[in-house]
Amino acid sequence: MNAQQLLTIFISAVFIYNVILSRFLGLCSFIAISKQTKPALAMSLAVMFVTTMSSIITWLIYRFLLIPFGLTYLRTISFILVIATFVQFVEMVIRKISPPMYRFFGIYLPLITVNCAVLGVAVLNSDMFFVNNQPVAASFIYSAFQGVCVGLGYTLAMLLMSGIRERLELCNVPRAVKEFPLAFIIASIMSLGFMGFNGFRF
Amino acid sequence: MIREFLKGIIKENPTFVLALGLCPTLAVSVSVINGIGMGIAATFVLLGSNMIIALIKNGIPDKIRIPCYIVVIATFVTITELTMKAYSPALNRALGIYVPLIVVNCIVLGRAEAFASKSSVMSSFFDGLGMGVGFTLALILISGIREVLGAGKIMGQTLVKGFDPAFVIGMPSGALLVIGLLLGFFNILKSRKRA
Repeated sequence: MNAQQLLTIFISAVFIYNVILSRFLGLCSFIAISKQTKPALAMSLAVMFVTTMSSIITWLIYRFLLIPFGLTYLRTISFILVIATFVQFVEMVIRKISPPMYRFFGIYLPLITVNCAVLGVAVLNSDMFFVNNQPVAASFIYSAFQGVCVGLGYTLAMLLMSGIRERLELCNVPRAVKEFPLAFIIASIMSLGFMGFNGFRF
Repeated sequence: MIREFLKGIIKENPTFVLALGLCPTLAVSVSVINGIGMGIAATFVLLGSNMIIALIKNGIPDKIRIPCYIVVIATFVTITELTMKAYSPALNRALGIYVPLIVVNCIVLGRAEAFASKSSVMSSFFDGLGMGVGFTLALILISGIREVLGAGKIMGQTLVKGFDPAFVIGMPSGALLVIGLLLGFFNILKSRKRA
């Protein structure tokens, strides 16, 4: 493990291959919940937590269950089941421990199960940090860190988008592109900006 | 039966009318070949999962129906993934992580929840087929636009010599722009029809 590798993961997950604007993962929630900043922030924090935890859990499952038993072809099915169970579990715990927090996250948590960003980062981790079914050096730390960074990238795009859309409420836009179409066009311009990070080299 | 099939293509087109399953649509629509491959894979998963869920719908307890649907869908996705890896590794490489991500494609789960869990096997079959064809057509439309404008080609063949393609349309940013404008265009058509 070295700091440069971590920095590379950070820059590429947050900016160059931003999960929403470049990889198109979690686009549905990005378009649907980015109308106001507050719910957008709640959703982003929930996603960040779940991507981090599910990166850790799926890494453990892939390394200690699927590879030793030669079951790597069950990757998709086992990952999605674990993520769904984990999200359900977190929802139950939050409801029990902190009702205000449950009201804050509330409806967004179950939605995360079908958020492609979560499964996407788990699949990416198992593609990037395993070579021929062997974990690369410090693979666990890289996986967990990539989970955090993807969550950060999601938060960044979500906050930018919700800020812009809050202002747009006051504008007079053509009726045909109101709401969704306009959101896509804005996302396209944002993505154009993020393309500028493409030349980053260390 | 025919109506169940046709509604997925135009009236309830999953991409343009229901706005479902946009993530893979945008990511793989760089070239028409990728679009068709993704469309066929998703259609197969839709058909299989719709039929199985319609078959076992009475045996599934209501509270855990979503995890049950996901297991059925994930099984078909795994079949697709393995088949694609064996017979067309190039396509599998081009589609990358978006093949396993069919599991969380909202179209598949959406049809399971909204249609297959309440309907007979036959009508679920035609519903899945219609939605799959509608999805594939949408993918062909988007990837056609992007391939022609972004690379100056169609199905890998150069169209006009000396045409300077707008590379940005082939980039992620272009995908978002194309789908935004198309959605706006379909909105105009819809309001014309109503007036």
